[in-house]
Amino acid sequence: MDLLAKLATTAERHARMKFLGGDAVGVVNEKLISPTRALIDGRETILAGTNNYMGITFDAECIAAGQKALAEFGTGTTGSRIANGSFALHKQLETEFATFLDRKHCIVFTTGYQANLGMMSGLAGSRDTIYLDADSHSSIYDGCTLSGAKLVRFRHNDAADLDKRLTRGEEDGGGKLVVLEGIYSMMGDRAPLADFIEVKKKHGFQLLVDEAHSFGVLGPHGRGLADEAGLEKEVDFVVGTFSKSVGAIGGFGAGDHPYFEYLRYAMRPYMFTASSSPASIATSLAAIRKLAAEPQRRKKLAENSARLFHGFKDLGLELGCDVVSPVVAVRCPDEPLTISMWGALLKAGVYVNIALPPGTPNKLCLLRCSVSAAHSDAEIDRIIELFGAVVAQGHGKKVANG
Amino acid sequence: MTDTVSQLCTLLQPFNTNGSALSAATDISTDLNIDSVTVMDFVMEVEDHFDIEIPLNVLSETRTVADLAKVVEARTKKG
Repeated sequence: MDLLAKLATTAERHARMKFLGGDAVGVVNEKLISPTRALIDGRETILAGTNNYMGITFDAECIAAGQKALAEFGTGTTGSRIANGSFALHKQLETEFATFLDRKHCIVFTTGYQANLGMMSGLAGSRDTIYLDADSHSSIYDGCTLSGAKLVRFRHNDAADLDKRLTRGEEDGGGKLVVLEGIYSMMGDRAPLADFIEVKKKHGFQLLVDEAHSFGVLGPHGRGLADEAGLEKEVDFVVGTFSKSVGAIGGFGAGDHPYFEYLRYAMRPYMFTASSSPASIATSLAAIRKLAAEPQRRKKLAENSARLFHGFKDLGLELGCDVVSPVVAVRCPDEPLTISMWGALLKAGVYVNIALPPGTPNKLCLLRCSVSAAHSDAEIDRIIELFGAVVAQGHGKKVANG
Repeated sequence: MTDTVSQLCTLLQPFNTNGSALSAATDISTDLNIDSVTVMDFVMEVEDHFDIEIPLNVLSETRTVADLAKVVEARTKKG
């Protein structure tokens, strides 16, 4: 039996996609023009699906910091954090991130994906139980699997359902970890944190919030959902990424637990991979200082998000959630139409993400936009105009009319 | 068909979009051509119907309706 024979259905689905609207999962940016513009298929295209929330990727100070680190520390670390891969820069980033997050401890990972793999598997072991939201990101699911813990899935954003499952579970003497996300990446909705904290008071678990899409975005300090809700003290562990608001690559885990630092020796995705490159760490450091010093970026992102949200609402589009969010997902009728509309949007000059089952909740087909603080009003208006022409007109009527 | 199997087939019906005949031997994922997330959604319905906990870890060894019925019966007795 050929091991790859099982990929035949994937190959068929991919060929169908290319025929209907183009290779939506293989887009190549030939040249980056700015945080919001790239050359794709030789055409200048507005980027509306890059999670570049703060639009910081071309910031002159961040680029200079990266160039300086490249010259001073070299191209790569050639080792893991527990061997030769910890440079002064990594320690400095951990210290500054801990200060930004108002946490005692912070551990930096090579990617955001690995941050979740590491934190889930470091916190929970085979005698423990992890309760995870049904709509959790794949990195959370994979981290949970790696941990070997008992895994119980609860209904999305449903604190009463978590309460029921905690009550149903037998007391087995193991620890309990509940995992939520600040902003869910597909639909753009937020966890109802206060409701979950009530359940926490009743059952006494430890709580982790993944602020991947909300870090830099929400809260008076830009620390995420818990900051916005004023409930940071109730959250035991925070996870996040440098690949969105920070505009680099890497991830972090943070907390106040006295043993937190010892997670470094219990997380295989931290121990057995090379550390982030000096340039990436240095640009992350410069970016976090910018985020702290320039709250207007957050304000501009909120304004841009509201402009796109209301523009889409006025077109009669059905969205992923009913609150203004930097993730604006448009519900589409079915997979073939979603693919053809995605292709038409790209040809007309706007790149958005395509999101199809099983990567979406409830078998939804989505055209997913993410907003940047760097988008101009004219760019947001052009995105709305193109969705009006491609999605709301013609095919999209079916969406609007249910 | 045991009572558990018939209850599971009833719960599975809304997920049976290709109209397969459901029995103890039905392979939940491959026969019904449903993805991993949909299998987890179905199992959530099973948990609530029987008021039991079925951890995700169990699913890797649960392919058919009969396999799942065994899990349900073992866990119902416990409670």
